[in-house]
Amino acid sequence: MSTAAAQPAPSALPPAGAPIAIRCRGVTKHYGSGDARVVALRGIDLDVACGELMMLVGPSGCGKTTLISVIAGILDRDAGECTVFGDDFAAMSGRARTRYRGRNIGFVFQAFNLIPTLTAAENVAVPLMILGEGRAAAVAKGRDMLARVGLGDRARSLPSQLSGGQQQRVAIARALIHGPRLIVCDEPTSALDHETGHVIMRMLKNVALQQDRALVIVTHDARIFGFADRIARMDDGRVERIERPSATGAESA
Amino acid sequence: MSVALKMLVGDRLKYLGLVAGIAFAALLITQQASILIGLAHQTGSFIRDTAVADLWVMDPQVRFSQDALPIRDTTLERVRGVEGVRWAVPMYQGFLKARLPDGTRVTTILIGIDDATLLGGPPRIVRGTLADLRGDNAVFIDEAALDTKWMQKRSGGRGLRVGDRITINDKDAVIAGTYSASQSFFWEPITYTTYTRALRYAPPERNLMVFTLVKVDPGQDVSAVAERIARTTGLDALTGQQFIERTAGYILKETGILVNFGLAVGLGFVIGTLIAGQMLYNFTLDNLRHYGALKAMGAGNWLLVRMTMLQVLTVGALGLGIGVGAATYLGRIVGEAGLAFRMPWQVLAGAAVAILAICTLAGLLSIARVLRLEPAIVFKA
Repeated sequence: MSTAAAQPAPSALPPAGAPIAIRCRGVTKHYGSGDARVVALRGIDLDVACGELMMLVGPSGCGKTTLISVIAGILDRDAGECTVFGDDFAAMSGRARTRYRGRNIGFVFQAFNLIPTLTAAENVAVPLMILGEGRAAAVAKGRDMLARVGLGDRARSLPSQLSGGQQQRVAIARALIHGPRLIVCDEPTSALDHETGHVIMRMLKNVALQQDRALVIVTHDARIFGFADRIARMDDGRVERIERPSATGAESA
Repeated sequence: MSVALKMLVGDRLKYLGLVAGIAFAALLITQQASILIGLAHQTGSFIRDTAVADLWVMDPQVRFSQDALPIRDTTLERVRGVEGVRWAVPMYQGFLKARLPDGTRVTTILIGIDDATLLGGPPRIVRGTLADLRGDNAVFIDEAALDTKWMQKRSGGRGLRVGDRITINDKDAVIAGTYSASQSFFWEPITYTTYTRALRYAPPERNLMVFTLVKVDPGQDVSAVAERIARTTGLDALTGQQFIERTAGYILKETGILVNFGLAVGLGFVIGTLIAGQMLYNFTLDNLRHYGALKAMGAGNWLLVRMTMLQVLTVGALGLGIGVGAATYLGRIVGEAGLAFRMPWQVLAGAAVAILAICTLAGLLSIARVLRLEPAIVFKA
């Protein structure tokens, strides 16, 4: 287990003076027990500032998805500290944690996870309906949000009637509609071609990222590294180094 | 909650399969229960059709309405002497062999009613008048059975008609009229004649009276009079309803009908639960990633439980409606064919409770899976 160091792992630091959105210190997590025990996180130290787009990269099984799940409060850590805008999920009841996620976190999934029987506008409206907003008002806001991601004319389309890129834009609209402060994305471009991937990333950066928000993206896709403010390279459950995209040789945004 | 309904109806095939499964269970439960109740109702038809009597006096060992155990002839006078009895008349009942003009033999239930008053006779006369029973060798038979149970099979199939001559236990009888009565559980056709003539048709026995029918004085408590008759005679004095219940209870228990139909109803419940449970569980499994996503996005367990219950109750209500509708339609068809089918509101209420139980059980299976679901599933490819 890592010591709770005052400074995160080597290299790039978050922008000076920016408020911290995510703070992880010595976060550990394992799955299974006995011979089947697998250590997924071995003491993660990581800070993400407000207004920052942080990418978590690394080989499969290095703990990226586990870390993003812990940060988003959908997986319990074993030890260490992890706060989101100063709030610690471990200190919350299950119900409070669920409510907190609903209000403050937006999700973009690799497989989009749109409900196939709902229209695009209805899919976008789901987070608002979960928060208790009436269906009609929520769907109206969903249509407005779709217009912001360039899909105003596809509000009545079912996911099966949309291309992969359009589905991911719907998913982004869904992640943003309730004004979350943290947006977590799991491989948002892996199912998309190069050009569409760039469109999606530009949209995430332009529409989702604001000064009071943070964006954490798990990805394998080196083509989009250039969109990150910082990149945390992970391996074997550890953050090996944190660097800026210019130092990675990644494509420029 | 509208999301839950759209998730449900969006997948047409699974949705229709779920509704069909519940409808089948509802049909099976309702139809079998209605037939059972119809049969139970029919066991009391003869008693119900003899509504003129307040009390039926009989041997305590009588188990059902056609269980002809004779009582002493002197019983009639003793019953007439009991306080509160307005009138009492004898009734004969027995299974006798009849021979039709062409030689066809039919077993009939012969009912002998009081010669003087003709009380206890058939409920509705179709041909002739009840007084015609006083004619020579006169008997009345069931109008509905003329071309079925009274068919002269040996001569090519003509039913009996008024005026035809038959023999009962080798003694002459004339069809003097016909009546209509409620559909009976018992197959053998009922033949009415007068009490005296019935004794002539019946094989000789020391005692031949089977029932004494009693009318209670106005203002008298029927149960009190029944108690007095029982104390005086040592016999059972039952109201029509008590006699119906004794008859139905015996027939249902001793013939195995209750067990057989109970099994069918139970089978409907089990099959319905399995079909609905399995389909709903598959439906939930197919949507697990979406439930995971909803959980990640802030949907609490209670919301997901309500969504699942709304889905199962929706298919339950639709399935119940379709199943009961189909059972009613089938019931009308079999009812027109004269078969037993009776669907009181209790059957509908029972079917609704059974379907609710099926849906709840099926829903619980799915809910348990959804509640155990880790929202982190959404990040697994």
